[in-house]
Amino acid sequence: MLLKDEVGMLQRVPLFSGIESAKLKLLAFTSDRVSYSAGQILFRQGDEGDAAYVILSGKADILVDSDSGPIKVAELLPNSIVGEIAILCNSSRTATVRAASPVEALRIRKDHFLRLMREFPEMTIEMVRVLADRLSHTTADLIDARSAK
Amino acid sequence: MEPSLARYIWTHTKKQQLWILVIVLLSMIPYFMSFDLPKLIVNGPIQGKGFEQPGATHPFMRLHYNLPFIGEVQFFPGFQLDRTTTLFALSLVFLLLVIINGLFKFYINTYKGRLGERMLRRIRFDLVDRVLRFPPRYFKRVKSAEVATMVKDEVEPLGGFIGDAFLQPVLLGGQAVTAMLFIVVQNFWLGMIAAVIVLVQIVLIPRMRRRLIVLGRKRQLTARALSGRVGEIVDGIGAVHVHDTSNYERADIAARLGLIFKIRFDLYQWKFMVKFLNNFLAQITPFLFYMVGGYLVIQGRLDVGQLVAVIGAYKDLPGPMKELIDWDQDRQDVQVKYQQVVEQFTVDGLIAPRIGALTIDNPGPMTNPLSAIGLSMADDGGAMLLDRISLQVKPGETVALVSTSTGGAEALAEAFARLNWPESGRVASGADDLLELPEAVTGRRMSYASSDVFLFQASLRDNLLYGLKHAPLTSVTYDGAAADQHRWDIHEARRSGNPDLDIHADWIDYASVGATGPHDLFEAVRQVLDAVLLSRDILDLGLRSSADLTRHTELAGRIVELRAALRTRLEHEGLSGLVVPFEPGAYNKEATIGQNLLFGAAAGPELADRALAANPYFASVLRQAGLDRTLYEMGLEIAEQAIELFADLPPDHQFFQQLAFMSAEEIPAYETLLQRLKNRPYETVSENDRAMIVTLSFAYIEPRHRFGLLGDELMNKIVAARNRFYEDLPPELQNAVERYDPAKYIAAATVMDNVLFGRLGSNHPDAPDRIRSIVYDILDELGLYGELLDVGLDFNVGAGGRRLTSGQRQKLDVARALLKRPDFLILNRPLSALDQRVQEKVLQNVLEEARRDGRSPAIVWVVTNPAMAMMFDRVVVLDSGRLVEDGTHETLLAGGGIFKELVS
Repeated sequence: MLLKDEVGMLQRVPLFSGIESAKLKLLAFTSDRVSYSAGQILFRQGDEGDAAYVILSGKADILVDSDSGPIKVAELLPNSIVGEIAILCNSSRTATVRAASPVEALRIRKDHFLRLMREFPEMTIEMVRVLADRLSHTTADLIDARSAK
Repeated sequence: MEPSLARYIWTHTKKQQLWILVIVLLSMIPYFMSFDLPKLIVNGPIQGKGFEQPGATHPFMRLHYNLPFIGEVQFFPGFQLDRTTTLFALSLVFLLLVIINGLFKFYINTYKGRLGERMLRRIRFDLVDRVLRFPPRYFKRVKSAEVATMVKDEVEPLGGFIGDAFLQPVLLGGQAVTAMLFIVVQNFWLGMIAAVIVLVQIVLIPRMRRRLIVLGRKRQLTARALSGRVGEIVDGIGAVHVHDTSNYERADIAARLGLIFKIRFDLYQWKFMVKFLNNFLAQITPFLFYMVGGYLVIQGRLDVGQLVAVIGAYKDLPGPMKELIDWDQDRQDVQVKYQQVVEQFTVDGLIAPRIGALTIDNPGPMTNPLSAIGLSMADDGGAMLLDRISLQVKPGETVALVSTSTGGAEALAEAFARLNWPESGRVASGADDLLELPEAVTGRRMSYASSDVFLFQASLRDNLLYGLKHAPLTSVTYDGAAADQHRWDIHEARRSGNPDLDIHADWIDYASVGATGPHDLFEAVRQVLDAVLLSRDILDLGLRSSADLTRHTELAGRIVELRAALRTRLEHEGLSGLVVPFEPGAYNKEATIGQNLLFGAAAGPELADRALAANPYFASVLRQAGLDRTLYEMGLEIAEQAIELFADLPPDHQFFQQLAFMSAEEIPAYETLLQRLKNRPYETVSENDRAMIVTLSFAYIEPRHRFGLLGDELMNKIVAARNRFYEDLPPELQNAVERYDPAKYIAAATVMDNVLFGRLGSNHPDAPDRIRSIVYDILDELGLYGELLDVGLDFNVGAGGRRLTSGQRQKLDVARALLKRPDFLILNRPLSALDQRVQEKVLQNVLEEARRDGRSPAIVWVVTNPAMAMMFDRVVVLDSGRLVEDGTHETLLAGGGIFKELVS
């Protein structure tokens, strides 16, 4: 896949939809293209967060450790971004991500990602919206869980 | 040190000074003979005096003397020569005298030069020797750069002066007195006039020069302070940048330079003023001669002949006087410099020479307990760090020193290590005061490591083994020219009062680490490095550096085996995709186009980096392979893409790290170049511009940069060009490149590159880590682990060890202390840069390593965390400079005192 194809894919990621294509090309160029075979780990829960990943093709599972072994909590489809939370919070990874099929991804380094957020408020706002969206989902889940007790 | 320079010089060189004086006096004989000869030549053969008759001859070289009581004695009748041959003979004698005079001068100058240089060497050595014997407190007040300037620059002018120190005044003084006497003999009163003026010169000029001396002293002090400040800026450069104080430093330096300028300018002004006055006084004498003498002649009280004779005689006086006065100025100048330096190097409480005397044989073990007896220590400001502490450490005992923040455990450790001297009380080994023991005992049977590590700018190995170099243990045999050189070295060293210890001998005390020589030293080194958890770091350094093939032959010899083992292992683990190997007939997609073309490691500047595209032979190969145009067009495309991507980013943007083709600074240059070259036919583009553009394509890697510029056809062409390049490689480039050969070790590449013999795939972010651990496994399996560790030990640690992290430095310091297997191991918060977990691990390893093979040294460890005290036989707790608790870990915990508080 060439740089220009990656730019096309990035444009379809909601987070980056507000950014002009020249900048997306720069983002793609400065990111590493990485590939994983099925079953390989992108990163592990508890590791230090040094990069975010945009899935270009393939599927990956998000797993969380529990007493009875890892539990799959979500699935990543192409055009989704993962790993950005650990970058933003300077915390360790909150979950493990494992390739469920051969995966092609763009690995955006932490300092590059932060720099982009500083330079493109559109992206930051989109980011905030995604996070707020997730928070409201989580809150709803929490209420469900509490009322089910 | 001797405060008077003249006495210092006289003590060490009196024989030589007298000898040179004799030689100089001897040299006067041919010198004056050569004055007389021209007159003889002109009057005799040239003007024909004595040769009036044709065919007349004269004896030449007749030796005859009028001896008292005996009368005329003829030793040699001489040759009878006619006018022409006499001319030739006399001229040849003149030539001979010229040569003899020249040789005398040559000998005298060389002799004086050597005398001066030997003295300079002696002074410098004496100074450094004193630095080695200064008491510890002195170093808290002095800047290292200032000491260095004193040793190096300030004593330098002494060398030039020493040869003339006594000779010059004797000679010039003699000449001046002779000229003076001659004038007095001609006419007493005119002689008195000259004498009065000379007296004025002698009295006045040195008085005026006093100010010069004051200024000279100031100049020296300010210059020394300047070098101290420059040294401080270099050492503290981090603090300067962190606090944005670079302009403060600029102001400070500018102010100092201004002051130095002012002093120097004053000095010039005053110096030339003195010179003016001196010249004036010298010229005023003839004025008086003309006026007073002339008047006396007119009055008829003096005859003309006498006046002319006096004036003639006077011309010989100002020369020596002037030189004498110049000599005096030099003397005062160097005397000031010397005194300034000596003052700085005169310190009370110098360590006695016997403490540091050379001892070849190893002293026996220290079997007496080490004790502090009523020991008080104070810091430089006088605050008490330790207050009358008494403590005894028995041989073989392990003691944890636990202290509150103002406890003073560090001061106690420093006192044990002799790094600071007691304010009162003492530290003793058995009955002996520790400070009275020679360093040959304490430096070999005790060792010390602290958090404040100093490393020398040398390899890791040299730093690690530094603690074993007490005395030259082997005598090196030299042959041929080297033997002559060695003899000369020893002779000269002795002549200058320097020691003649051979720095090239083997100084490493193998026995003290339980080894017998260089071959089995490594085992001991490896064990201590493992103990302080430093091996892994050193292995990493080894992988990243290129091996010295004269030393590490095994690594090179077994490289094929290593590469094969790596391939098998990767296949076995299903990781073959991680590395794309170099194959002579194939394009390596993970390597740059440049690497694929050259297919070798550049071993010189001719084919390295940017020079590659500009190399004429390389360019011709590209042309023949039909690649020149393709790569040029590719370069243009890359330039366009790169500029489009990066042109509007600020130059310090971190994205530029990803741009392999050009630096941020080059972008504007490429922008204009692109403008210029666009739509220009390839043929009209200059060689230089082509090279600029083609270079860009050399950095291109398709899977990484993903511009879609590299097809199969192009890859085949590149491989063909590679073969063509090596077919007729011109002889001058033979040594500029090492071709990749699967069966050969590449000396110019790192060990890692050699083992990999390929490139890591760019799309596996964790590839480097995984490969590295696989490589370590393989090296271990093949028994090459030690060899790699040895490569890593070649790593140069940089000034003060700054190329290592502070944690690594501290580990190295502990390893160095452990290596010499001491009887008393003193560790003063040695691992403070490491986190608690690692500290505890290293502590445990060190305790084990120190006691391995039945050894049982006493260990005194100032711990950073009271919890670490658990591993020791005995725990000593200090608070506010007093010893408050002493006992085993259990008893102290049970006691409920300060220790229990500290632990919880």
